[in-house]
Amino acid sequence: MKTDGVEVERISTDIVIVGGGTAGCFAAVTIKETSPATEVLVIEKAHVKRSGCLAAGVNAINAYLNPGETPETYLDYVKKDSAGLVRDDLVLTIGQRLNRVTEKLESWGLPFQKDESGCYKPRGKRNVEITGEAIKPVIATALQNSGAKILNRTVATNYLINEGVAAGVYAFSAREKKFYVITAKAVICAAGGAAGIYKPNNDGSSRHKMWYCPFNVGTGFAMGLRAGAEMTTFEMRFIALRIKDVASPTGTIAQGVKARQVNALGEEYQGRYESRSTPMRMYGTVEENKAGRGPCYLDLTHLPNSHNRRLKEAYLNMSPGLVLKWADEETEPNGKPLEICGSEPYIVGGHGQAGYWVDSERKTTVKGLFAAGDVVGGAPKKYVTGCFAEGEIAALAALEYIGQESVRAELDRQENSEQEITAELGRVFEPLRKQRGVAPDKYEERLQKIMDKYAGGISANYELCEPKLLRARELLITLQHEVKKNILAADVHELVKAHELIDRVLVARVLVEHLLYRKETRWRSYQERVDYPRRDDERWFTFVNSVYQRESGDIQIIERPWSGETAVEGFGGRV
Amino acid sequence: MTVRINKSLCNGCGNSVEPKCVMVCPGDLLCKDPSNRCVIRDPKDCWDCAACVKECPQQAIEMTLPVQIGGRGSTLKAKTEKGRIIWQLTKPDGSKEFFEVHTRNT
Repeated sequence: MKTDGVEVERISTDIVIVGGGTAGCFAAVTIKETSPATEVLVIEKAHVKRSGCLAAGVNAINAYLNPGETPETYLDYVKKDSAGLVRDDLVLTIGQRLNRVTEKLESWGLPFQKDESGCYKPRGKRNVEITGEAIKPVIATALQNSGAKILNRTVATNYLINEGVAAGVYAFSAREKKFYVITAKAVICAAGGAAGIYKPNNDGSSRHKMWYCPFNVGTGFAMGLRAGAEMTTFEMRFIALRIKDVASPTGTIAQGVKARQVNALGEEYQGRYESRSTPMRMYGTVEENKAGRGPCYLDLTHLPNSHNRRLKEAYLNMSPGLVLKWADEETEPNGKPLEICGSEPYIVGGHGQAGYWVDSERKTTVKGLFAAGDVVGGAPKKYVTGCFAEGEIAALAALEYIGQESVRAELDRQENSEQEITAELGRVFEPLRKQRGVAPDKYEERLQKIMDKYAGGISANYELCEPKLLRARELLITLQHEVKKNILAADVHELVKAHELIDRVLVARVLVEHLLYRKETRWRSYQERVDYPRRDDERWFTFVNSVYQRESGDIQIIERPWSGETAVEGFGGRV
Repeated sequence: MTVRINKSLCNGCGNSVEPKCVMVCPGDLLCKDPSNRCVIRDPKDCWDCAACVKECPQQAIEMTLPVQIGGRGSTLKAKTEKGRIIWQLTKPDGSKEFFEVHTRNT
């Protein structure tokens, strides 16, 4: 069928998964292993072999319980590092699965380093070293072998919602003028978090030399927001401390070979600050620079020459840019200290805790919609193995859901609204039909400039205050209207970028509302309110959640009290 | 420029509509030009993940750093074999360094 020059393909499956990354692949494999007859379709914007965060590889598993550690000690650590406010039930259910999913990754063929006793080689209490260049191809091979169907180069745009129940996904091809209407009994969102909301640390020709995958733009959040799903804790942004210019990870040298973190005077400065938590290490570095004691460095000059080659190999496995940097500077890893700096802020659930508000089974507040990985809020520091764990939990919950008689009866009774399908097709292809307008890249610069200046970007030392956030709110509402009216795409590739921009503007709007609402400073640098500089547990030991009203464009903030228990109000239907 | 494609080495993976580098790029930044060679459509959008560098069967793709972030012409090329990758680093003075990394248990 063709509508307005666009081919329309209808697909029906049992469970559709948005995103073929860490969480999505693991969810698909879990479903096929548990219930081989259940049909699974994975929609992936890129190609599963090298999509998303793991494209270049990694060289450590950062959430694994080495001997002596337990799910409870993992929870204690995550809480301590996150100013106490996390969803205990989510973190604990991740902790219970970390080691099993790690062993599964090894069974798929990824090389792990072992010590004399055959245990994984530890890099800390909760980390192990791996040779992880091929981590994404290995995961993709497991997905392909599972029998799940895969649609690569296919961009999800919205959930298909029937009478408040998620019943599929709309998507379009990144290769041709083609629109997909995918109906399913359950949907799992396993998309990425959001980069590109803020002006990046490098700009112009190097604008994508960043820590997080620049092609993860928050579409999973935006789809949930447009469907009325409740989101949590967008205000805990994540800012990564990285190697200057190339944004390479620091753990390999900071933890792996015990580099000293020093300021320009050679002082180990972290002792000046309250703690050594992850946000505090970022904050300390910002403060040293503000005080005129920057730049700051990781100092490796104590290392013998024999380490140089091994370090270069480690970086080739995950961030080859640093190897080029050493060569361009005509130095070796132990030749001179490496400058470090903060990235721009990202909105992620894998390191920070922004994302869908879910119950311990990873059900969202929209019936039939489950979530896993970087789009799930409330459980920071889950990393790769935590995303696997959540993929498994969401998969089992989705299987249980589609097995329920009442659910099957309800889904059988429903019919898709042809009017809604036509409306979504029209919305998706509108930028391509325009003769005149503004290209996505131009709006991207505008968005990033607003966020950088008024919502605590790098140029503002990540600092936030109410008058500037109110200005950001105003400018973003104007931008959202402008984008809706004028955004233009010259071809299908640019159509993808147009929707990425539309989704990022919505995520930015919700983020600013969260940042405005929390009137304390809980997570240094990540959420640094200079007008409310203290942490206030009495008033603010609570989750700040939000629901977007698609028709009016309003954002409603809801407070959800912290609870040590699993049960939290507000699941199973629209709020 | 981040990823540089050597036009005399690239054969567009023959008649393939989806050459290997085009297939794997996480940002969908590579495509074929009218002469059947692969090109990067927007170098500023490249993430430096090196997926295409490792995937190219002709070793036609190399990675460099942009001048903005201190690039002085060093390049990285890769040859992917079963269970390993051999990297070739060429420094600004033309000297080379080779690395072999284990990728999969085979």
